[in-house]
Amino acid sequence: MKKSKRVSLSILVLMVMIGAMAFGKTTIDVACFPDQDSGFKSMLEGFNEKYPDIEVKIKVNGFAEHHDALLTQIAAGANVPDVATIEIGYIGNFVAKGGFVNLMDAPYNAGQYKKNIVPYKWAQGTTKDGRMVAMPLDIAPGTLYTREDRLNEMGYTIEDMVTVDKWLEAGLKFSQDLDGDGKNDRWLVPNAQDLATMMIKSGEERYFDKEGKCLVGNERFIEGFKLAKKVKDLGLDGGIGAWTNEWYEAFKNGTILMQPSGAWLGGHLKNWMAPDTAGKWKALNLPNGLYINWGGAFMGIPERSDKKEAAWKFIEYAATNIRPQLEQFEASNIFPAWMPSFEDPMFEEESAFFGGQKVRKQWAEAAKNVPVIQTDKFDKMAETIVNSALTDVLENDRDPEEALEEAKRLIERRTRRRR
Amino acid sequence: MDLRLSRESAPYVFISPFYIMFAIFGAFPIIFSFYLSFNMWDGITEMKWVGVENYIFVVTDPWFWKAIGNSLIIFLMTTIPQHLIALTLAYMLYLGTIKFKEFFRSAFFLPYITSAVAIALVFQLLYGQHFGMINAMLKWLQAVPGIGGLFELMHLDLPIRWLGDPKWVKPAIALMVTWKFTGWNLILYYAALQNIPTTLYEAAKVDGASPIQIFFKITIPLLRSVIFFAVTMSIIGNLQIFAEPYMLTGGTGGPANSGLTAAMYLYNTGFKWAEFGTGSAMAYVLCSFIVVFSMLNKYFFRDKG
Repeated sequence: MKKSKRVSLSILVLMVMIGAMAFGKTTIDVACFPDQDSGFKSMLEGFNEKYPDIEVKIKVNGFAEHHDALLTQIAAGANVPDVATIEIGYIGNFVAKGGFVNLMDAPYNAGQYKKNIVPYKWAQGTTKDGRMVAMPLDIAPGTLYTREDRLNEMGYTIEDMVTVDKWLEAGLKFSQDLDGDGKNDRWLVPNAQDLATMMIKSGEERYFDKEGKCLVGNERFIEGFKLAKKVKDLGLDGGIGAWTNEWYEAFKNGTILMQPSGAWLGGHLKNWMAPDTAGKWKALNLPNGLYINWGGAFMGIPERSDKKEAAWKFIEYAATNIRPQLEQFEASNIFPAWMPSFEDPMFEEESAFFGGQKVRKQWAEAAKNVPVIQTDKFDKMAETIVNSALTDVLENDRDPEEALEEAKRLIERRTRRRR
Repeated sequence: MDLRLSRESAPYVFISPFYIMFAIFGAFPIIFSFYLSFNMWDGITEMKWVGVENYIFVVTDPWFWKAIGNSLIIFLMTTIPQHLIALTLAYMLYLGTIKFKEFFRSAFFLPYITSAVAIALVFQLLYGQHFGMINAMLKWLQAVPGIGGLFELMHLDLPIRWLGDPKWVKPAIALMVTWKFTGWNLILYYAALQNIPTTLYEAAKVDGASPIQIFFKITIPLLRSVIFFAVTMSIIGNLQIFAEPYMLTGGTGGPANSGLTAAMYLYNTGFKWAEFGTGSAMAYVLCSFIVVFSMLNKYFFRDKG
C-alpha cells in the first residue's frame, strides 16, 4: 500500500478501537448548587459500586445562577444537564411548564416510592394534573437557631421561648447600645424580614391557592409585615443582609439572639460560619407552634437529555436509599427526605455544636408536622413583589395593608396574562 | 488549482469574519428580540402571538416607570460629576504643571478596564453598614470638630446604610459608576485637548486673558464636538447600566426597588420570571428613550450659527 493509505488506515483502526473502549461507559451531567456537590461527591463511591458503567460529572453553580442557567439551557435546548436539582423557591418555574420528564411513567415508576417520602415534599414535585416532574432530594424543616449562652445570661431558658411575644421580650432586654453611639449593637435578629418570611411561609398555601387566586394580603401576610415592622421600630433588628460578612460576624460574636432558617443552615454554621462558637447554640422549633418548610431541593430530568435512563438511576439511588441519603446528610447537612433513613442511629446522636442537643431527631419530628404546600408557577415573581413591598414598609414607613394591596394588584396584573 | 481570490470578492472574504460574528451576536439578537416583543414566551412552552399587548403592559407598569426613574436619577448623579471631574483633571494634566503625567493617566484609566463584577464585590465590602471602610472613615471624620458640625447640619445619620436605606442606594451605585468611568472620559478629553493649537493660547495670553477666561472662552468651545460625543456615549451607557446595580443589590433591585434600573428590570423579567416577550418589549422601549435622549443631546449641542 502507498504510505499515505497505510497511515490513514491505521488512524481509522485506532479511532474505532478508542470508540469501542468508550462505548462501555455513559457519562451523565449533574447540575447542582452549593452545598449539594459535597453531598453528591460523598455518595459517588457507593453509586459507582452499584453502577460501574455510569460516570458522573458534577457541575456546580451559585444558587441563583444555577436556576437561571437551567432556564436558559432548557429554552435554548443546548447544554442541558441530564440531572438538574431545583430548589423549592424555583420549583414553580419548572413544574408547571413542562420541559421535564414525568417520572411517574415507565420506566421510572417513581410512584412506588411515594409512601416512604415525607408527604408534603412529594406533593410539591407533582403538577396539578398528576405528573411528577421532580423527585424530592432533601427537606428543610424550619427551625430557630439561638445562642443559648446569651439567653441564659439574661435569665431565660430555652424552654421559655415558645411564643413570638416571649422572643420580643427577650429581644428588648438583649438589644442594647454598648458603645454609646446611640445605636444598638446587639439585636434580636439580623434582619426583621426573616420574621415576616417566617409568618408568610406558614400554612398550607403560599402566594396562590389551588385555583391560582392570589392570596397576598391575607391575614398571615399582614401579621408577618406588622411583626417585622414592630421589630424594626423597637430597634431589635440589625438590618444585616444574609450571606454578607456582617452576617457571619453577627453569628461569630453573638450579637444576635436568634435566626429563623432551615435545618441546612446548621451545617453552614458548624462548618465554616462560626465553628468557634460550638456548644453555645441550640436549635428550637419555631414559636407559636409554626411548622414550616424553609428550603429543600428536588431532582429532575430535562426532556432534552439523551441519557434519561442513566439519569434516573442516579436520582433513584440518591433519593430512595438510606446509605446515600445519610452520606449526603453527613457531608452537607441536607436533611433526608427518605423516611426510612430516620431510623438510623445517626439521628440519636448528640451534636457538640448544639450543646449536646439531639438536633437531627428534633428536625425529623418537626418535618412530620410540616403541612403540604401549594406551589405555583408564579411563585418566584410573587416572592419578589412581596419582598419589595416588605422593604417599602420597613424602610419607607408605608402602611402594611396598603403595601400588600398594591403588591396583590401588581401580581394579579401579571398573572392575568398567562393563566 | 488557482487559490487566489478575485479582485472583486477578496475584500468581502477578508471582512467576513467580522460580519459573521456580527450577524450571530449582533444582528440576530436584535431582530429576534424585536420579533419576541410581540409574543409571549416563557422559554419552554410555545410562543404565543400577542401583538402590542407587551408594549401596553410595559408602558402601564408602575415598576417600569420606577426603574426608568431610577436609571435617570443614577444617570444624572453620575454623568455630571464624571464629565466635570474628567474635564478638570484632563485640563490640569494638560497644563503640564503636574509631574508624573503618564502615571496619573494610567491610574485614572485603570478602573475602566477592571471587571465591573470585581469592583462591585469590593465596593460591597466598602459599603458595609457596621464594618465597611467608608463608614469607618466617616465616623472618624465626624470626630473632627468642623466636619462633625457639617454632618449635623446635613442631618447625616451615621452609620450610613448604603445598601440598606432606599435613599442611599442610588448614591452608592452612582459613586461606584463615577469612580469607574471618569477615567475613560478623562482620556478622551486629554486627547482632544492636544488637538487645540497652542498658537491660540499664546495669542490670548498676549491679549491679556486670564487662565479662567482662556478655559471658558477658548478651550471649551473648541472641545464642543468631543464633549458632545462623550456625553452621547454616557447617555447610551449610563441609561443602561446593569452590572453595577445588579451586583450591589444582589440582583434584587434593593430595598423598595430603589436600585432597580431599567436594564436590570428587563433582565429579571426575561430571565427570572420567564417572560421573555415582556422583557424584549421593555428593551425596545428603553432603546427608544435612549434615542430620544441622544437626539435632545444633539439639539443641545447643535451649531448655533
